[in-house]
Amino acid sequence: MNIDLTNTTTRKVLDALSAARHRMGGPATGKVLTLVVLTEEASQYDAVRASTEAAREHPCRIIVVIARSPGGESRLDAEVRVGETGPGETVVLRLYGQLIEHADSVVLPLLVPDTPVVAWWPGIAPDRPAEEPLGALAQRRVTDAKGGSDPLGTLNRLAEAYVPGDTDFAWTRITGWRTLLAATLDQPHDDITGACVEADPKNPSAALLAAWLSVRLAVPCTVAESHGPGITGVRLTTTAGDIAITRPDGRVATLSRPEQPDRQVALHRRPTSELLAEELRRLDPDEVYRDAVLRYAKGLGEPAEAKEAGAEAKEAGGEAKEAGGEAKEAGGEAEQTPEAAAAPAKAPRGGRGKKS
Amino acid sequence: MNTGQQPPNPLRDPRDKRLPRVAGPCVLVLFGVTGDLSRKKLLPAIYDLANRGLLPPGFSLVGFARRDWEHQDFRQLAHDAVKEHARTPFREDVWNQLAEGIHFVPGTFDDPGAFETLAMAVKELDEQRGTGGNYAFYLSIPPKFFQEVVQQLQASGLSQPSEGSWRRVVIEKPFGHDLASAQELNAILHEVFPEESIFRIDHYLGKETVQNILALRFANNLFEPIWNRSYVDHVQITMAEDIGIGGRAGYFDGVGTARDVIQNHLLQLLALTAMEEPVSFAAESVRAEKAKVLSAVRLPKDLGANTVRGQYAAGWQGGVKVRGYHEEEGIPPNSRTDTYAAVRVDVDTRRWAGVPFYLRTGKRLARRATEVALVFQRAPHLPFAATDTEELGQNALVIRVQPDEGVTMRFGSKVPGTSMEVRDVNMDFDYGESFTESSPEAYERLLLDVLIGDPPLFPRQEEVELSWEILDPIEEYWDKHGKPELYKAGSWGPKAADEMMARDGRAWRRL
Repeated sequence: MNIDLTNTTTRKVLDALSAARHRMGGPATGKVLTLVVLTEEASQYDAVRASTEAAREHPCRIIVVIARSPGGESRLDAEVRVGETGPGETVVLRLYGQLIEHADSVVLPLLVPDTPVVAWWPGIAPDRPAEEPLGALAQRRVTDAKGGSDPLGTLNRLAEAYVPGDTDFAWTRITGWRTLLAATLDQPHDDITGACVEADPKNPSAALLAAWLSVRLAVPCTVAESHGPGITGVRLTTTAGDIAITRPDGRVATLSRPEQPDRQVALHRRPTSELLAEELRRLDPDEVYRDAVLRYAKGLGEPAEAKEAGAEAKEAGGEAKEAGGEAKEAGGEAEQTPEAAAAPAKAPRGGRGKKS
Repeated sequence: MNTGQQPPNPLRDPRDKRLPRVAGPCVLVLFGVTGDLSRKKLLPAIYDLANRGLLPPGFSLVGFARRDWEHQDFRQLAHDAVKEHARTPFREDVWNQLAEGIHFVPGTFDDPGAFETLAMAVKELDEQRGTGGNYAFYLSIPPKFFQEVVQQLQASGLSQPSEGSWRRVVIEKPFGHDLASAQELNAILHEVFPEESIFRIDHYLGKETVQNILALRFANNLFEPIWNRSYVDHVQITMAEDIGIGGRAGYFDGVGTARDVIQNHLLQLLALTAMEEPVSFAAESVRAEKAKVLSAVRLPKDLGANTVRGQYAAGWQGGVKVRGYHEEEGIPPNSRTDTYAAVRVDVDTRRWAGVPFYLRTGKRLARRATEVALVFQRAPHLPFAATDTEELGQNALVIRVQPDEGVTMRFGSKVPGTSMEVRDVNMDFDYGESFTESSPEAYERLLLDVLIGDPPLFPRQEEVELSWEILDPIEEYWDKHGKPELYKAGSWGPKAADEMMARDGRAWRRL
């Protein structure tokens, strides 16, 4: 059922929602959360489609907020879709004029009571998601560093603005890689002395993967450029040779370990709906992401940008340059030696603690 | 290479909930590859696991059957099975990668040479694909062959793990047909495999909703206070099937639905519903609680009045004219096998004293439905006129296992209008999970648990034996007394079942 409301108010939208539900005999019960999608007219179709697919796993009310022309008179147009495409309800809101500044006043009454709120920016990430009016309403704020033109710069900004509950698709995209790497190290292996992530240039996921490895393994970790697509390989240097996972085609990965036959495993890139569904699966702060993104901001990726932005980063403070130098120039810190590498790797935040 | 105790994996972090558990390198050896189960469930589940990145790199599958096949033929069978039955979309690259690890060894169970070949084949896989000498043997074959197969596995050295590797054996129900045969079966398996490496699959326990029983009970404060004799009047556990026995005549006749369903699925559901809170969710703790409650199950003295069995007669089921049980192919006309069974049991614990548990299962019933329903006592006092509450039944909390997985609560609500009239309403919670890629099918979950070696969802020997101890006296009574009552296909079972409830002043829920 599709209901169009032009020049409307939230009261009328709510009435339309309950009327639609009533007429359909109440199909949209059992919503577990509200998903607020902040997008533009051009990309709203894809965003709504991905949200609707994710809503099959997490029945929710989807509120799509589209800011239209900021000039002119304030106006709210709404489109209510119930039972059309998925199990939940979708409300598409188009905001005009000054109302754009007060989007929260429109969204707040439409939230499902007493359930979590997730805000998702499929396009360009805001500078400080938690300080956005709609970001402040949400338990989880999902951005996509890749949505803008400067992914690595965005990642730095997001690191600087990090508050618990923030997360980014650049991080979600590497769950498959991280799973495979963790499973690889479940098996006996020699001491790891270094790590290298190979990816196409400016790939924020590669930066986060390298940062994560560097936090967890407490060894220097670099990002090397390749032709993509996405991340093409991860190499862990051990005292007995390299453990490498390579994925040149974005589909099938090959795991090679010293003295063992090569093994293949499918490692495909996931569509947006799956990334979103993964994000909605847990609503508590992702501390592992925090560790990785802060480590990145301290200086792991692009040296120049990392240093600049890292210098302002909350936790990194003035040490960012130093840290950046270390990682890039294969830092002469004690962490380098395998003995030292094994020890701090066990403590979750050992690596970072050491530097401060 | 390190061989001693490994330090903890630095990439694993308990806070990192995104990372799923992934099986370590291993080979799954599948006996009975051409069976229904393997085509419809196992092979698709293996593909789905691979598709979700939960199988280890290099994972290999070896089929063993009495067929004159090459690897290619088995791959073709698996390919077709996956295409037809897999839950996740078919991806060529996932399949190709999986297919490379699919091998086939032809042979019969009585041929030691075939098992030698099998041993060679898995050793070769260890070398080529790095499967690390870890083998799981899935016996998707009739139990009468178990003895032969496990002995062959032992003779060929396949059952003996080398240093640092594991062996596991997976079996499907039926776990025997009575206590004695279950013990015999266990003895056969134990000769070769220790209890901790035997995984008995009851696919019901892999279902989200069944696991949700534990979450519902022990993660909430809302339900546990009323989960006892002070509030619960009785409990109904139902598994209804709309299908007949189909092609399973050979297996089903002489076994019956009580052995087929009550002994495992329904008693497991009863155990999860009635058990006390485990001290933790570690396998041992949960199993200990289940075993405790199963050992507290008591049968009624008068089995004749408190058990019912039936056989479906010809009728109309869901708009289709269907045959009666006796007309099914391969069923002798004098068969007394039950296709419907209902029993009342009591659980002798402080929590459940005086609360009967009614279990029922049947084939060719009106609808397919499995649920656990806690029916509550009536409110002790109704401050309404009797005419206002005529339509008010008992409150109920229903855990719907399948289909429409979820939870329903039934309670009284005022009918809109000027008069005070109270009537039953339902409040539903649906598992949105059930239609997406990320919600694993029961077999996926269980296969993965086998490969990881995580046992909580598998009944152990003690539970199997306790269940038989509950069912055996009923079967013995049935053997000596009477015969199954006929019920019309497409109905809700024999009249005697309704009468049995009526004698207790209760009625079955209409599903």
